[in-house]
Amino acid sequence: MKPKFLIGGAVIALALGYMIWAGVTQSVVYFVTPSELQAAPVTGKAYRLGGLVARGSLSWNPTTLDLTFTISDGKSTVPVRHRGTPPDLFGEGRGAVVEGQWVSEGYFKSTHIMAKHSEEYEAPHGPGAVSSPGLVETLQTEGR
Amino acid sequence: MIPEIGTGALLVALALAVYGATMAALGARWGRRALVESAQHAALSVFVLLTAGMLLLVYAFLTFDFSVRYVANNTNLGTPFYYRITALWGALEGSIVLWAWMVGLYTLIVVLRHRTSARELYPWVLAVMLGVVAFFLLVMTVPAPVFARMVPIPADGRGLNPLLEDSGMITHPVALYLGFTGFTVPFAFAVAALVTGRVGDFWITTTRRWTILAWYFLSLGLLIGGWWSYHVLGWGGYWAWDPVENAAFMPWLTATALLHSVMIQERRRMLRLWNLALVILTFALTLFGTFLTRSGVIASVHAFSQGSIGVFFLAFLAVVVLLSLALIAWRWDTLGAQGELDSVVSRESAFLLNNVLLVAATFTVFFGTVFPLLSEAVRDVKVSVGAPFFNQVNVPLFLSLIFLMGVGPLIAWRRASLENLKRNFLWPVAIGVVAAAVLRLLGVGSALVLLSLALTVFVAATIALDVVRATRARRSMGERTLAALGGLLRRHNRRYGGFVVHLAVLVVAVGVTGSQTWSVHTETTLQRGQEAELAGYRIRFDGLRESQESNHGKVTGRFTVVEGRGAGTVLQPAKKFYPQEQSPIAYVDYRLGLIDDVYLVLGDFARDGSSATVKFQVNRMVSWIWIGGLVLTLGTLLAVLPEPRRKAA
Repeated sequence: MKPKFLIGGAVIALALGYMIWAGVTQSVVYFVTPSELQAAPVTGKAYRLGGLVARGSLSWNPTTLDLTFTISDGKSTVPVRHRGTPPDLFGEGRGAVVEGQWVSEGYFKSTHIMAKHSEEYEAPHGPGAVSSPGLVETLQTEGR
Repeated sequence: MIPEIGTGALLVALALAVYGATMAALGARWGRRALVESAQHAALSVFVLLTAGMLLLVYAFLTFDFSVRYVANNTNLGTPFYYRITALWGALEGSIVLWAWMVGLYTLIVVLRHRTSARELYPWVLAVMLGVVAFFLLVMTVPAPVFARMVPIPADGRGLNPLLEDSGMITHPVALYLGFTGFTVPFAFAVAALVTGRVGDFWITTTRRWTILAWYFLSLGLLIGGWWSYHVLGWGGYWAWDPVENAAFMPWLTATALLHSVMIQERRRMLRLWNLALVILTFALTLFGTFLTRSGVIASVHAFSQGSIGVFFLAFLAVVVLLSLALIAWRWDTLGAQGELDSVVSRESAFLLNNVLLVAATFTVFFGTVFPLLSEAVRDVKVSVGAPFFNQVNVPLFLSLIFLMGVGPLIAWRRASLENLKRNFLWPVAIGVVAAAVLRLLGVGSALVLLSLALTVFVAATIALDVVRATRARRSMGERTLAALGGLLRRHNRRYGGFVVHLAVLVVAVGVTGSQTWSVHTETTLQRGQEAELAGYRIRFDGLRESQESNHGKVTGRFTVVEGRGAGTVLQPAKKFYPQEQSPIAYVDYRLGLIDDVYLVLGDFARDGSSATVKFQVNRMVSWIWIGGLVLTLGTLLAVLPEPRRKAA
């Protein structure tokens, strides 16, 4: 193999390494629970926040498309604001993962709601009997 | 009784597959033809038994045999007829059955086609194929028994996941699995080549068509998956870099690399080791993908339940990789290259670079997919790596690949002279630059979009140039234009089939570029009679209607396109309420066009039907992606046509 091919290969490998490194540092999103977020909120940083939609917290205005609710993990709560129709699987007392950022006005500004349901958090005990720590754990796996 | 017969059939099939694999290997080792023939009979029986098992499962579905857990979990009395058949592969256990059946089918075709033509390799190929079938049969017997009974027997089933009640679900898994399983054949040949020490070029020319077919089905599976995502999931997109999509995309990338690198081996006797590695890697990635999606280690839209099945796949993957590496180490001395790269500016190095980029893309996708797992295991920090990462890293790679797609087929072998470069690329480059300038004048601002479209035009121009030249050359021998073109495609079907596939990739690239750049969307709540406007389209909300379907209730919105292309079209997005689901499922409605798709998703609505919230999207050039799939089909057909006889070149 001639040296210029080796050099070429090394250049490609380095460029790729740099692109991956830059890509990961720029676009990785941390998954947090309400307790973790409330402990050390960093304004403007992208998070995925997972927990239960607290009962009685959900409000939806079809005219302005404003959706507000509170995400809770049983210990701590985070107020969330979102613009747009609540997704199909979204509702009070159910799990949700919201992607967005903490803003200086003191709420979580959501850009995307992932309200995936899966057998994991209904099957073992039936929907009523889900313990919230177990659910939060499920959501953390789901939210990755 | 039926389920027990099914279980029995699969058990016997497992025993026969193990027996056949052993006999084929022993027959090859001892040179005993009779043992290999016995293995052939075993292969045939395995296929018959697998078919029987599958038909019995279909029968259980059609007769609503809810004593079978798999049937009860995936249908109910209201499931329409066709979906009771496709429910077969609607979940984990059944998809393994389909998978095994396909490997069984491929094994049979290998027996029929290569029994005599590949005499030395064939027994080992048979042994490997039957070994793979045996693994899947083992999975069907131990961790994912498809005929497992359920006690007590429910009066009605849980029903198929409503998202799977779609025509895309009939074809998407079938195409995808035909692709996945298809790579078993080249893999089996690679192993056979290593075992017998016949690592020359025979195995690779023999499996060329197999690789193309598997690659084609995988491409088709990915495209249909995109179509399903686009018209069922209601987010207006077709690709989300979801772990399961990535799992199918990785083997596609390595297989694409393989399709190109085999040409170098055929022509220049280089890259033997590399090609073996690519075949093994592709096969290993199909297993890895299955592990990833069936083990529950990574969550995604393609929710599959957890279970011990992941361990089986991981173990099998380990066996495949270790065994392959051991074989390669054993044959290391014979794998050296016979040819040498002469110059950086040559077809060989263009192909080599194409391979390096494709493998690099595979690595980035792999890295992004498993990074969350690594991060959690190593640092105990939960993170997600989303679309931005994949786009940022892969877009430069894919643009470079498109550029190489124009260079590779035309540049000279060994060493391209300046004269050769000028002759082949002056015009295409000029046309590409002009296209960029025109697009700039038309108001395309983004440099990335300009680059992407200009590269596409450049590649299209290289193809056009080649076709025009070759046709002219034939015409100068006295043929008419059309006859010359036809003769060209027929005589050099591999080359021009490849060109047509390249065109398909260009069409898809334009679709992706256009849709990512120019699609717009809005969301609004409309009173009855009220209108909404977006990008020159105006829609009017005409009210809601309630109805009861065989297995679900439905609320349908009625929207009329009153202005824009296709004015007068009525779109009826709906929400479906399935009793077994906690939440409604959106049903998207759209008007597809060559340039614009008008795409509506019904959101919330007032119970009295006076108002409804609607997601209103105008998606641009998405149809090009689906058209690309059709062109891809034509190109593949052309490329796999039997080659006409001609003198050795």
